[in-house]
Amino acid sequence: MVHVRLKPGDVIDGFAIEGIAHNGGMARIWQVSRPDIDFPILMKVPVIGEGDDPAAIVGFEMEQMILPRLSGPHVPRFVANGDFATLPYIVMERLPGASLYPLLERLPLPPEEVAALGAKIAVALDSLHRQHVVHLDLKPSNVMFRESGEAVLIDYGLARHVHLPDLMDEQFRLPYGTAPYMAPEQVLGTRSDFRSDLFALGVMLYFFATGERPFGDPQRLKGLKRRLWRDPLPPRARNAAIPPALQEIILRCLEVNPAWRYPSAAQLALDLQDLASVKLTARAEKMKRDPLGMVLRRRFNPVPIETVKPQAAEAQLANAPIVAVAIDLSGGTAELADAMRKTVTRIIENTPDARIACLNVLKINRIAIDTSLDEAGRNKHVLRLVELRNWSTGLPAPGGGITFHVLEAVSPADAILAYARENYVDHIVMGARAESAMRSMLGSVSGEVAAHAPCTVTVVRNRPRPD
Amino acid sequence: MVGTMRIAILSDIHANREAFEAALAAANAAGAERFVLLGDIVGYGADPEWCAEQAMAMAAGGAIVLRGNHDDAVGNTAVSMNATATMAIEWTRRQLGSETRAFLAGLPMKAREEDCLFLHADASAPADWNYVLDASDAGQHLGACDARVSFCGHVHKPALYCTAPGGKVTHFRPVAATPVPLLPQRRWLAVMGAVGQPRDGNPCAAFALYDTQSAELRFLRAAYDVEKAAQKINAAGLPASLADRLFEGR
Repeated sequence: MVHVRLKPGDVIDGFAIEGIAHNGGMARIWQVSRPDIDFPILMKVPVIGEGDDPAAIVGFEMEQMILPRLSGPHVPRFVANGDFATLPYIVMERLPGASLYPLLERLPLPPEEVAALGAKIAVALDSLHRQHVVHLDLKPSNVMFRESGEAVLIDYGLARHVHLPDLMDEQFRLPYGTAPYMAPEQVLGTRSDFRSDLFALGVMLYFFATGERPFGDPQRLKGLKRRLWRDPLPPRARNAAIPPALQEIILRCLEVNPAWRYPSAAQLALDLQDLASVKLTARAEKMKRDPLGMVLRRRFNPVPIETVKPQAAEAQLANAPIVAVAIDLSGGTAELADAMRKTVTRIIENTPDARIACLNVLKINRIAIDTSLDEAGRNKHVLRLVELRNWSTGLPAPGGGITFHVLEAVSPADAILAYARENYVDHIVMGARAESAMRSMLGSVSGEVAAHAPCTVTVVRNRPRPD
Repeated sequence: MVGTMRIAILSDIHANREAFEAALAAANAAGAERFVLLGDIVGYGADPEWCAEQAMAMAAGGAIVLRGNHDDAVGNTAVSMNATATMAIEWTRRQLGSETRAFLAGLPMKAREEDCLFLHADASAPADWNYVLDASDAGQHLGACDARVSFCGHVHKPALYCTAPGGKVTHFRPVAATPVPLLPQRRWLAVMGAVGQPRDGNPCAAFALYDTQSAELRFLRAAYDVEKAAQKINAAGLPASLADRLFEGR
């Protein structure tokens, strides 16, 4: 390998080296430019020398493999890879501002701010996971933000693309990651479970909300393994301002067994965006760590870690869709409501970790002043919620939970579509309005939803009985 | 192979005409500009003469066609094989014309073009037809040659191995058609799945497409008429197990 010492003014493969942006232990980052690229870019050059950690080189190779395959607002745009034979480098988009790292100076943050930040990061993780990549090194210094507000995840040196060879896996015996944020299964060597990133996000949320790291910053493998059996002090015991719903979310992310965490980043984002609809369990009210006897038992009878093999990682994710069921409480027949329930039952049976969101649209008048805040409006809203719950009785319990929402809107189709877009819905189920003069006059809501939905749409319709 | 090119690499066709045709059609649709057949054109399946003629025509058109152990056994009765394979090869000998027999007997064992090496089995002892089944076998192969990227078959299950100087050999089981960048600073051994008798649990014909410019490899599959290929095996009086296994790809 040729040893090139870069200095400002050099030109490498058309990239003009301008100045050093960051001098790290593993890599040096240069500010660069090229006339044909109209956004700010930087060049990451690994520090390779005698006695350096070989993982730094392998990590750099992983990033060279993974970054060109990622797209969308939640990752830095890839520009070019440099050849190891001349100068290994990666040129990518330079994001504005700083990472979340400086934020650590002013912890704890107000709970609403923690939830809002967490939701943005969860959305970015969902985007990454849908591109087959587990980050495996999520921490404040690897999260940046676009001016438009989206979280951007950087540094793919420890990441795993489940469709590509994992150069890290067989090369090194020690688990690689950042000690405070590493999931238990990652400590044990698993590198293909998307839910490992949800654990790391849980550590971040805990840290942001309390000002303390839940598992400290252990320096040895033995200390890292403590998190397999020792639970952290519940966040509310450290900061009384944290609402039970946020503690529920954080402790669910921090479950030792990946199968007990959220099944997908999208489902986690949904809860962080709407703390009011989080289903509370004993986690929400916990105020002390587990008693010593229980911890000791766990130490010698470990919690199961139901992680997934690389080949099954995507199936796990596919088992956890967000399904929006739009129910017409006024116009539909009992037969149609029944057929809808059967369709949703089959979806829950096939994708057991699904999250079901039952929607009803309360039509409001385009011209009249918003009446939803008066007594009658509130009653109407509550009544619809009661009816939605009633519709759902008899459904099997989906692993991701079931929630009920009354959307107030002028256009039912627009309301359903907006809900699907804002909540990363994978599948919309709705009934077809019966053949009627109304439909021919107003058009079909299901037709409009099916035409414009960002996801799969199932339109349920009863087949007419033969004459 | 000068310049940039998309090369389709097919191995272990095993006289399965339906699978061969489907894999060629899929490779052409994916933009293949050149073809490499890594051997075992015949043996097991019911269409040895058609497959050998097709390979011959492809060779005449510039394709690289290599010899596999079954092609070898056609003209070499001293080769030892298991009972089913022996039964199939005896039947195969009777089906082949003199021209195709001579073609198979004259096939080269390996081919090297620029930084790519092509062969049927591992490079440490090509005539012994060693299987590359794990990272240690792959290490033996990589130690015996200096090509940056090698392609072999023989195992009927796709796999990809790589190593960095002084590093261990990493094993990867391809899971999707996602292009895998064969990073230039590493050495790679790609084991092709079988076109005509896959054994990785997926009955579709397996092959790969290598883009020499981007150094990206895609492991691809093509569905084919398994029913028809199996019927022909049964009709030919070949062992029924050779037909049955095609349905499950085992």
